[in-house]
Amino acid sequence: MIEVRKLVKRFGLKTILRGLDFDVQPGEFVALLGPNGAGKTTFLRILSSLSRPSLGEVKIAGYALPSQAAAVRARLGVVSHMPLLYADLTAEENLRFYARLYGLQNQEPRITEVLQMVGLDNRRRDLVRTFSRGMQQRLAIGRAVLHDPDVMLFDEPYTGLDQDASTMLDEVLKSVASQGRTVVMTSHDLARSEDLATRFDVLSRGVITASTSREGLGSSNVLAFYKQALNT
Amino acid sequence: MKSPSLARSSFLKAVAAIVQKDLAAEYRSRELLSSMMVFALLVIFIFNYALNLEPSVRAKVTAGVLWVTFVFAGTIGLNRSMAVEKDRGCLDGLLLAPVDRTAIFFGKVISTLIFMLLVEVIMLPFYGLFYNVNLFNPGLLLVMLLGSIGYVVVGTLLSSMAVQTRTRDILLPIILFPIIIPILLSALDASNGFLNNLEFDLIQPALGLLVALDVIFTAVSFMVFDYVVEE
Amino acid sequence: MQTKPKALLALDVVSLILLAISTYLALVFAPTEAIMGDVQRVFYFHVATAWVGMLGFVAAGVAGIVYLRTQNLKWDIIEIAAVEISLVFFFITIVLGSIWARPVWNTWWTWDPRLTTAAITELIYIAYFMLRQGIEDPDRRARFGAVYTLIGAVSVPITFMAIRLFRTIHPVVIGTQSAAAQGGFAMTGDMKVAFFFALFAFTVIFIDLFWNRIRMGNLAAKVEQLRLKISQ
Repeated sequence: MIEVRKLVKRFGLKTILRGLDFDVQPGEFVALLGPNGAGKTTFLRILSSLSRPSLGEVKIAGYALPSQAAAVRARLGVVSHMPLLYADLTAEENLRFYARLYGLQNQEPRITEVLQMVGLDNRRRDLVRTFSRGMQQRLAIGRAVLHDPDVMLFDEPYTGLDQDASTMLDEVLKSVASQGRTVVMTSHDLARSEDLATRFDVLSRGVITASTSREGLGSSNVLAFYKQALNT
Repeated sequence: MKSPSLARSSFLKAVAAIVQKDLAAEYRSRELLSSMMVFALLVIFIFNYALNLEPSVRAKVTAGVLWVTFVFAGTIGLNRSMAVEKDRGCLDGLLLAPVDRTAIFFGKVISTLIFMLLVEVIMLPFYGLFYNVNLFNPGLLLVMLLGSIGYVVVGTLLSSMAVQTRTRDILLPIILFPIIIPILLSALDASNGFLNNLEFDLIQPALGLLVALDVIFTAVSFMVFDYVVEE
Repeated sequence: MQTKPKALLALDVVSLILLAISTYLALVFAPTEAIMGDVQRVFYFHVATAWVGMLGFVAAGVAGIVYLRTQNLKWDIIEIAAVEISLVFFFITIVLGSIWARPVWNTWWTWDPRLTTAAITELIYIAYFMLRQGIEDPDRRARFGAVYTLIGAVSVPITFMAIRLFRTIHPVVIGTQSAAAQGGFAMTGDMKVAFFFALFAFTVIFIDLFWNRIRMGNLAAKVEQLRLKISQ
């Protein structure tokens, strides 16, 4: 579903990504781990078509970036640590706006369906301004799945959430992932990614240094795998 | 492959969605219009005392006072309109959607233009009320429309750059004002012409230049907007 | 690479010699203007520096367009070089113009279209540097810089035209007297020699400065690159 070959990203003279290779099969849920400044956010921004690669190939669902960006965008749902929502619109107005941008048919039933999925149907007519951080983040996920994307990217979705909100977010993420979608998620929270992901990759110094499936993890936990990957 | 007509209709739909979104949000908060409006009134009050707007002075400076008011109030509108997109990452949200980047640009231009024209049309009767003059002159309205189009087009392009910098809203007037001088000059000249009931032949050069500037700046912004929002 | 190229060194020397000759021609060789007297001698450098400012302005616009097409930071260095040279030379033009204007028109400043346009161009350049200062990412800085020079390149010539067209609304300092009283004059043969030589000399000086400044920009980029290499 995602094919990345020899991806290089430079900011001016600084090289962030150094010939990164990355493949994700349909239906996989990849947790992308790595220290701060390793290039995780940069990498996700490139996958989400917001930033252009300096060198290398990126293909999502068979379409190349950046040349076929529009086709990729229609199949991609992105959640970042910013909500990407308008505070002065209600929940349903926000979704309706994005539904129009994505050119969806049958908007209203889909909006109701998504609101129910993220547990905000009872707050649909309230301004996003009045929502807690956790509710905003759930709505942001609703916004990202609205057009039923094949591939979803989550960049630190748990940032700024308390325990309860994180648990609710877990449920939403699980239901999003269970619908056969391909997911790539970055997170500091190793324990949470352990619950969700089917594969764990470590991004360090601009390349993928280690990768393991849930089965390959065996009896050790993600933390041990991560520490070992960084030390080698 | 999309057919051209389908692509055009999705372009227009995206523009319409953005305009409607901005109008709905503004209808809720009324932050933008109210601050522009109060600011514009304050500018007129300051001018009243700064220039001592008695009838003999006023005949010469009315166009100037109006345009300075519009330009200053417009800066607030432009800043605010882009800050809304940048603050919660909404600009990324727009860029993630499979719509043409220029559709985003025109959407923002049209909604900001609507706000600016609203403020202008409300300021005119205020000015008329304060000084007991009637400014409802179709010619002047036309100049206001044409001048505001050019101003908002350049302003939207530059404010989408300004919000992505560290200095943000302080920067906008500094980068915007030297660029819009030709628009301001021709709008002033044409406004003066209509307010002093000059013959159309005398106003035509300024009006023509204003139209040309609108076209030129729209075309240039259309070509470079991608570079402003895409990384 | 590190040592200055011989050709550039030679050009430095030639520029200095040309500047000396041009100064001699302007201050000694050219006859004293009958009405305005010696202060008219400022004219030769006034026009020549304006010419250099204009060359820089055009060069910056072209470099901006090429940068946007190629996304090669080399053109950003060229653009900054052109803007800096143009900024300095337009400033000299304005100062020389004021020196000339004071005895001839009895004012330091006139709202003459050329002078005003030069001043507005200066303001655009200052805005250009303030815009760049607020941006960390070098690619974005270069992109915004290029877009802004391009918009400036469109606006400035029209500004000049507009001021000319609508000058009736500007204060006319000199009234509508004869051309001579406004500071116009007919050039004698020797004046023409001094005038055209100054134009030639300053064109060479422009090329020399441009080359030096671009070289300096490239070296600065190199230093930055080495610094990054060490820190990694």
